[in-house]
Amino acid sequence: MNKTWDNRAWWLVLPVFLMVAFNALIPLMTVVNYSIQESFAANEFFWAGARWFRELLNNPDFHASLGRQIIFTAVVLLIQVPLGLGIALCMPRKGAWVSVCLVLMALPLLVPWNVVGSMWNIMALPDIGLLGWGLNALGIDYNYTRQPGAAWFTVVLMDVWHWTSLVALLCYAGLVSIPDAYYQAAKIDGARPWAVFRFIQLPKLKHVLTIAILLRFMDSFMIYTEVIVLTGGGPGSTTKFLSIDLVQKALGGFDLGPAAAFSIVYFLIILFASWLFYTLMMREEAK
Amino acid sequence: MAEIRIDKLRHSYLAEPKSDDDFALKRLSLTWKDGGAYALLGPSGCGKTTLLNLISGLLTPTEGTISFDGKDVSNASPEERNIAQVFQFPVIYDTMTVYDNLAFPLRNRGVPEAEIKPRVEEIAGMLELTKTLGNRASGLTADGKQKISLGRGLVRADVNVIMFDEPLTVIDPHLKWQLRSKLKELHIKTRRTMIYVTHDQTEALTFADQVVVMNQGEVVQSGTPIDLFEKPRHTFVGHFIGSPGMNVIPCSVKGGKAFFAGGEVKAENAKSAKGAARTELGVRPEFVTVVNKGIAADVVKVSDAGRFRIVETRAHGATIKLLVPEGEAVPQGKTHLAFDPAHTQVYEDGWMAGARP
Repeated sequence: MNKTWDNRAWWLVLPVFLMVAFNALIPLMTVVNYSIQESFAANEFFWAGARWFRELLNNPDFHASLGRQIIFTAVVLLIQVPLGLGIALCMPRKGAWVSVCLVLMALPLLVPWNVVGSMWNIMALPDIGLLGWGLNALGIDYNYTRQPGAAWFTVVLMDVWHWTSLVALLCYAGLVSIPDAYYQAAKIDGARPWAVFRFIQLPKLKHVLTIAILLRFMDSFMIYTEVIVLTGGGPGSTTKFLSIDLVQKALGGFDLGPAAAFSIVYFLIILFASWLFYTLMMREEAK
Repeated sequence: MAEIRIDKLRHSYLAEPKSDDDFALKRLSLTWKDGGAYALLGPSGCGKTTLLNLISGLLTPTEGTISFDGKDVSNASPEERNIAQVFQFPVIYDTMTVYDNLAFPLRNRGVPEAEIKPRVEEIAGMLELTKTLGNRASGLTADGKQKISLGRGLVRADVNVIMFDEPLTVIDPHLKWQLRSKLKELHIKTRRTMIYVTHDQTEALTFADQVVVMNQGEVVQSGTPIDLFEKPRHTFVGHFIGSPGMNVIPCSVKGGKAFFAGGEVKAENAKSAKGAARTELGVRPEFVTVVNKGIAADVVKVSDAGRFRIVETRAHGATIKLLVPEGEAVPQGKTHLAFDPAHTQVYEDGWMAGARP
């Protein structure tokens, strides 16, 4: 077959190119631009080269908030993924309870993020909050505004409450789409429930689990609103995660250069981790 | 290995079935001998998959019993019944190798690895899977996967029956034939009872010694492929089996003689006719011939089917098809037809006269 070559066809790509330019390239380049300059008032800029990046990467505060961020994300993923999967396995497949369960599960996802922060802030208050008062009444010394451990516990619990449903709903959708024949074949082959989970459900859920983990990784790595409302990064800076650190730099100090360098490093970490994770999960597929 | 006896079996998917229409299966009784090859044939929605799932234990019957070798298994689980089933879409364990797939049913039953190995290798040899034993099962083609499903059934030596639920649906046409011959070969080699569900007459007639034709939840006829072809018990069977299907021509019956177009038509079972609201003559296109003097007919259409041509005629308001072998003269315009008396039957209300259940 004769193919028609006409480079004017590139014009057809223009709309997409413009959209990508406006929603990604231009804003990103602005940040790149700031990150290599020093800014003064009256819109004066001086070349700074890689200085902000060097400073950031050698800054112990950055290391500390990055470390906290990694621990937080790891803890949250380790709890939410198995828990969400477990909930999905327990949810009914048919009958009237299906819709009840789905609505109940979807509720936390519908609450605005700052409201989630406020809710948990009030609920965990040691003197008047149900959770805080209850724990203290049980004889546990609990005060998230003063104890770093209690603050971490509350932040993690809040995130688990807010986001486990997402994992559960994704897994549920994956489970429902497994054809009955698989379960029937497993019954005939004499597979125990554990073998059904291990050899049918888990492999069939691989794709939704990849999506769930990826979404939860990105979201939890960028968490800001709920934590700032709940603890404000405290007590001290024990719950100061990357985004909180960044906002304090950018808005508090108005240090555009260092904040821009921070943003780029932050973005690259997420990009790299997501890529790495996705490649690892999909490696098997290529075989 | 077992003889399967189905006694007055009924099944409804509703919790409280009221009328006969609520039943997907309406009162079935059948006996299948140990080691036979059987086919369940019928159009989509006729209840054949329901029957299969009742036998395998994936469904529990509403009424009636199923017994294996005289032992009632109506309420037993699939595992207790010790059966194997191959589904419409290949079911394999994606993450396992072909070897592990075949070994899975044995491992689940606690068979020692030393016994599993020769068994799996033997079955893989039969199915021509030996070369792929170490590969991941998910990488195989559809027919390879279907062979694995079958292999998981064959690997257990004590399986009572192996059931196939339209197993060739997703197989490429040129491989269908191969896999079908393979199944036949395996049946002869292993002598396991096999039940094959399909809506494809070629698959059923080539695979089975005994074909059960179902329609609307009932068994219409159970017999050898030749029975079904030469003596369809119901006009439905006549239509459903054969290509083109049997001619069904309205007729009248008086005093043990059948009449069509003002003349007597000799039919093998005309004497058994007791009289009914609807009487018809059934004759296959293979047994209609062109003669000089007989039933006057007009040729409407001639279509070429390769080794023969299908001639469609109209005679006294009825459509009659006949086959003319390649190389013979094709009638044109007005012609005369005759039916082979040995292969012409009278049907009353759809059922062959004298054979009504």
